[in-house]
Amino acid sequence: MRKEKDIGSWLLIALAALFLLILLVLPLVLVVHEALARGIRVYLAAISDPFAIKALLLTLMATVIAVALNTLFGLASAWLLTKYDFHGKALIGALIDLPFAISPVVAGLFFVVLFGRMSPLFPLLREAHVQVLFAVPAVVLATVFVTFPFITRELVPVMESRGRSEEEAAATLGASGWQTFWHVTLPNIRWALLYGVILAAARAMGEFGAVSVVSGHIRGRTNTLPLHIEILYNEYNFTAAFAVASLLVVMAVVLLAARNAVEWQAKRGMHHGD
Amino acid sequence: MRSAAYVIPGYRVTFGITFFYLSLLLLIPLAAFLLYASGMGIGKFIFIASEWRVVHACLVSFGTSLAAAVVNAAIGLLFAWVLVRYDFPGKRLLDGLLDLPFALPTAVAGIALTTLYAENGWLGQFFYAAGIPSAFSWLGITIALIFVGIPFVPRSVQPVLRELGPRLEEAAALFGAGRWLTFRRVIFPELFSPLLTGAALAFARGIGEYGSVVFIAGNLPYETEIAPLLIMVKLESYDYEAAAAIAILMMAASFLILLALNGYQRWRVRQQGV
Amino acid sequence: MAIEVELRHIEKAYGSFRASDDVSLTVERGRLVGLLGPSGGGKTTILRLIAGLESPDAGDIFLGGQRMNGVAPGKRGIGFVFQDYALFRHMTVRENIAFGLKIQKVPIGEQEKRVSALIDLIGLTGLGDRYPLQLSGGQRQRVAFARALAPSPRLLLLDEPFAAIDAKVRKELRGWLRQTIHRLGITSIFVTHDQDEAVEVADDIIIMQHGHVEQAGTPLAIYQSPRTPFVADFVGTSVHVPDYTVFKGFGDGRGASGGEGIIRPEFLEIGADAAEMRLPLASEDGIVRGVYFRGDCLQVDVEVKGQLLRGRRSLEKRPLHEGDVAKVFIHRIYTFADGGTRILENAAKREEPVVI
Repeated sequence: MRKEKDIGSWLLIALAALFLLILLVLPLVLVVHEALARGIRVYLAAISDPFAIKALLLTLMATVIAVALNTLFGLASAWLLTKYDFHGKALIGALIDLPFAISPVVAGLFFVVLFGRMSPLFPLLREAHVQVLFAVPAVVLATVFVTFPFITRELVPVMESRGRSEEEAAATLGASGWQTFWHVTLPNIRWALLYGVILAAARAMGEFGAVSVVSGHIRGRTNTLPLHIEILYNEYNFTAAFAVASLLVVMAVVLLAARNAVEWQAKRGMHHGD
Repeated sequence: MRSAAYVIPGYRVTFGITFFYLSLLLLIPLAAFLLYASGMGIGKFIFIASEWRVVHACLVSFGTSLAAAVVNAAIGLLFAWVLVRYDFPGKRLLDGLLDLPFALPTAVAGIALTTLYAENGWLGQFFYAAGIPSAFSWLGITIALIFVGIPFVPRSVQPVLRELGPRLEEAAALFGAGRWLTFRRVIFPELFSPLLTGAALAFARGIGEYGSVVFIAGNLPYETEIAPLLIMVKLESYDYEAAAAIAILMMAASFLILLALNGYQRWRVRQQGV
Repeated sequence: MAIEVELRHIEKAYGSFRASDDVSLTVERGRLVGLLGPSGGGKTTILRLIAGLESPDAGDIFLGGQRMNGVAPGKRGIGFVFQDYALFRHMTVRENIAFGLKIQKVPIGEQEKRVSALIDLIGLTGLGDRYPLQLSGGQRQRVAFARALAPSPRLLLLDEPFAAIDAKVRKELRGWLRQTIHRLGITSIFVTHDQDEAVEVADDIIIMQHGHVEQAGTPLAIYQSPRTPFVADFVGTSVHVPDYTVFKGFGDGRGASGGEGIIRPEFLEIGADAAEMRLPLASEDGIVRGVYFRGDCLQVDVEVKGQLLRGRRSLEKRPLHEGDVAKVFIHRIYTFADGGTRILENAAKREEPVVI
């Protein structure tokens, strides 16, 4: 790191700060500005609207379910990919990354095809009176789909760099799989896990494309917060749209701050015993 | 397979969970989709794919994504450079905010950017005064894609730049090389690979992006309609086959990008033994 | 002596790489054994096979007379010290050492007593609440040692125990480890690629190369009669000569076909002139090509009949310089005819008593 800086360096820093301001900060300021444009009472009315609250609850539910399932999957798959060598390992790794390469809209389409009228499953589901598509289950499924690589992605490099010897040491001392995981592995990866959870949560609560395809946009039933924003916006109810958006901004900023705190903790942890 | 011989316990359990989860969430939906898509036959596929509206939507998606990726590469390189090489007040804030596009729901970004760059918007007024429509145009789409693509390049370049340290520059300076020459001939070649990786990821993301783009795009067929939106349009008119055909095109494009990137990196490893 | 460890015809391959190629060996109870060989020679694989961290493709592993194939590592009664120590980073010294006892559900009071005793044993009294990253390399190594000892294993396995420690501390640790292991009387096997280390620490040495055992025995026995050129080369420093019959006292049809020989530094006597030599007539003329200070002596590289030989010379004697002419007497040479080692003594030495 250079201590003494010349004009060129300051110019680059200023340019970066300017881009940051225009590209990232301004949109955030605008959301808050528009949300409060017609006063605090209109704002409060917009966010306490029953449809908004229902959308918020659905968003939270989908996020919690997606994060919980993906945490389990992330731990299992990262363990599998880093503790063992077997044929097809690279293939499993590639499959886990696949959702990153697929447009959310296309992901949504997968589920439409799987559960829709053209699917062989459709008569069975109708027989059993199970509504998947254009209902809550599809919203949750789509959310899980778009977020499932996040935790594995965070865990694999950390577990790879730690190697297997601590787990092997535990094995020579007679520890079972669960004991090894709980006492040896988990403490080592907790920050990476938390980091992955935060990233997955951020993506889950904001998912739009995939959910938009499978939800059917039924107000009060299958609307998540982002979808609710779209409806309000398309009805030219801008203030309400931005008011609801401000909720998501707050959630995003909180998650971002948490993310940075976690990163900081993890870095600090590397220098100390804990 | 030598599963019986693994010392670290848990192979079966983690393999089971991973395989079950991947099958349920990824393989079955993907298979259902491919099965359905293959049912339409190659003739129908070509017929749909060569429809001018579809071709145009793909061109818009690719063109704007490419433009955004190029801009992202330039801005991202600046961000990475400033964050790694300089110390200045607010550095951690800049670093933290850089991930905002990953955390902010795309729909929120979409409506915020649209309002910002619309004719009477805070920034749009300047563009429109200069005769440049910054919303509901290709430029608007590109702006939205730049926003969502911001984190990719810095996050890919930063570690390499940090690893590089000031040694190379110091070595070059000993030969009397000027700063610009040093950057161009010594540092940039080292950064090219991560720069390309980041830009390719931003490109792939841009092609599939939906939420942040739909609001600012204007969505006029044959003009500002992007491929993911066209899928939505086809779905809303129950034209599932057309939606599937466009999805196949998009998936093929994403895979080709990632495949090319992978191929390039393998080639580079072989060339330089890095 | 009872046999503690026995391997019979062990085979282990990783893909096309044969890490263990028909390995059979035994280790007696209470002995401290060094597995010595170059990197990639299959030493660590053997250690991991004994521990149960790997399974053999073929062959049997016996510990204390019981066949152990397929038994989990934790149930074999072994302690393993990893090369990188593999200490649990988020646990204190105390917690690390107690881990094995906790798994075995040893009562807390007993755990604490044993852990404290071990901390005293490894000389870290008062540092029990430190984390591994707050310790020096040598201290970490001893914690790993104590952790492996805690559950009272019957066999201790150490993988390159000194590899990650700097030179000065390594010397101290070697002596400490040897003493401690002997005091505890626990059978131990350690892996090393450093012959000095093996010779200094081990009671017995097993030399491995390309996945098979080249020779086993006490350090002295191996040093005095290496069975293969590889062993001769690996234990002690030595110089290969393509045809030993060119040298005085080794030629003249005595060696029949002649052939490759190995000469150790201590086989050479290097003198500044004929007056220094006991057998001047039997000595070769040589040219000094290099002189290097080696702490307690000088290493002298000397060219004889086109061969560069390496010898030592006392610091007390008249110094030699590069380019000087010197006298060289070769006491003996190892040769490897018919699959065994032969030690050829210089013919002049046998004739000597007769001459005088």
